[in-house]
Amino acid sequence: MKETLQIGFIPLIDAAALLVAVDKGFTAAEGLDVTLVREVSWSNVRDKLNIGLLDAAHLLAPVAIASSLGLGHIKVPIVAPFNLGLNGNAITVSSALYAAIMAEIDGDPFDPLATATALSRVVASRRKNGAEPLTFGMTFPFSTHNYQLRFWMAAGGVDPDEDVRLVVLPPPFMADSIAGGQVDGFCVGAPWNSIAVDRGVGRILHFGSDILQRAAEKVLAIRQGWSAKNPQIVDALVRAAQRAAEFIEEPQNLIEVARILARAEYVGVDADLILRTLEGRLKISADGTVRETRRYLLLGRQDAPRPDPVQAAWLYAQMVRWGQAKMSHDALQTAQAVFRPDLYDRALGVVRKPAAVSHPVGAFAGPAFDAEDVEGHLAFFPIGRQRLR
Amino acid sequence: MGAESSPKIAIVDESPIRAAILEEGLREAGYTEVVRISEMQSLLSRIYALDPDVIVIDLENPSRDILEQMFQVSRAVRRPIAMFVDQSDTASIQASVDAGVSAYIVDGLKKERLKPILDLCISRFNAFSRLQDELDRTKSALEERKVIDRAKGILMKLKGLTEEEAYVLLRSTAMREKKKIGEIAQSILTASELLK
Repeated sequence: MKETLQIGFIPLIDAAALLVAVDKGFTAAEGLDVTLVREVSWSNVRDKLNIGLLDAAHLLAPVAIASSLGLGHIKVPIVAPFNLGLNGNAITVSSALYAAIMAEIDGDPFDPLATATALSRVVASRRKNGAEPLTFGMTFPFSTHNYQLRFWMAAGGVDPDEDVRLVVLPPPFMADSIAGGQVDGFCVGAPWNSIAVDRGVGRILHFGSDILQRAAEKVLAIRQGWSAKNPQIVDALVRAAQRAAEFIEEPQNLIEVARILARAEYVGVDADLILRTLEGRLKISADGTVRETRRYLLLGRQDAPRPDPVQAAWLYAQMVRWGQAKMSHDALQTAQAVFRPDLYDRALGVVRKPAAVSHPVGAFAGPAFDAEDVEGHLAFFPIGRQRLR
Repeated sequence: MGAESSPKIAIVDESPIRAAILEEGLREAGYTEVVRISEMQSLLSRIYALDPDVIVIDLENPSRDILEQMFQVSRAVRRPIAMFVDQSDTASIQASVDAGVSAYIVDGLKKERLKPILDLCISRFNAFSRLQDELDRTKSALEERKVIDRAKGILMKLKGLTEEEAYVLLRSTAMREKKKIGEIAQSILTASELLK
């Protein structure tokens, strides 16, 4: 008998492994009859997953943790047996802000510390002139976009809660908002930065991978209780997603993948733009300048699909740093236990030696992140709302 | 409403008809302070200016994530906002998500005062989607009749049949092929388009 599943997603390129798994019949081959449900907001995805209208979902990694800790909403324990993507975000700024930053920059414009320091000078001179504070858009309070934007500007001395305004904006509104002057910049995932660049209203200042070399972005999220009761279904889903992630990484499949994702019922944007994103070859400015990096978005390679509890600890540390959560060792453990490499290994029948693979977070500023010493790590940063005691 | 004044309710909905239905229902129930917001640009500043006690939003609205920001303690937020539920109230979330609506209360309003408002929103949302379904069905029935009429016309012209005979032919073909008359009629239209 086939297992019928309802799986939610937001139309973004990092839903690729899920969408391809269903579209190419990899889930069907595992005996799963999956209905994909396209959603318009992370709040909807979270609520529908929490109350059981969805069996699984493409979800912001920090939302899975927040839900398990009961932050911002009701507490529903979530597990992530598969990581749908690492990285993939970018910071885009208006032409005016780009010019202002470049006028102040001292160093390499691709160095986030140099741009953040320049930003702090722009902020200071705006304040002196009595100008309105700069406004930046991000996608959700519990999002990597929020944390990456904050991490970046704070490294240059800008306090994201005092010196600028951070506002939540649904990704499809980002390009319009920068064009209309409601925001001066934003941090969002693919394809929305490229859409702003193609429309000539923004310039990509940094890739997310400039801020952190590896950042867990979206996970395949499942309710913990349901996962415990349905281990075979979870395994089947992980295998199908893994097969899709491997399929996506084969160069000869890229065009097909881009075409699948481009369809209106999935992401619904131009296939060529999706292809550029998958290849990490992004137009960063309206003049056609292209920047390329293999790190831009990691879907199936470099161990990306295997959930890494160190990533969960880093995300929890950001929640503490920005006053969303109180520091507690229990909460830290709960956060880390959301990411389940054991379920991933079980599904794929992989036996690993403990600590066989360890990938650093690789932030551009601050000491190397140590999940064993989150308090010590946070104590390093002068800007933040952390309550460590 | 008792001695307490009517809470101020903001309806965030891009569907003007549904928002009107909701507003009317709330007013009938004695809630006098109801404001509709259909413009999503600068939603937060609209909400801050209105300073409502309750915010009702439809779930097809991407701007729902914007409201979530108001859970956060930040300089930009004057009064903190909470989702209407507490831990024990999952039945309410279930009912509201099923209906496609969500409500947020602003700090200060008692939770028990929200319940009748939310119940009313849920029933109005459900009524609206029933209405929508009915409308869709009527529309497709009308469309089907048009297709059948055109197919009859083609048969009458090509085979020299009366209208009655043309219909009988359509119906018997549909029965033989175990299809709907509308489908057979549609394939006649398609074929005649191709053979033009």
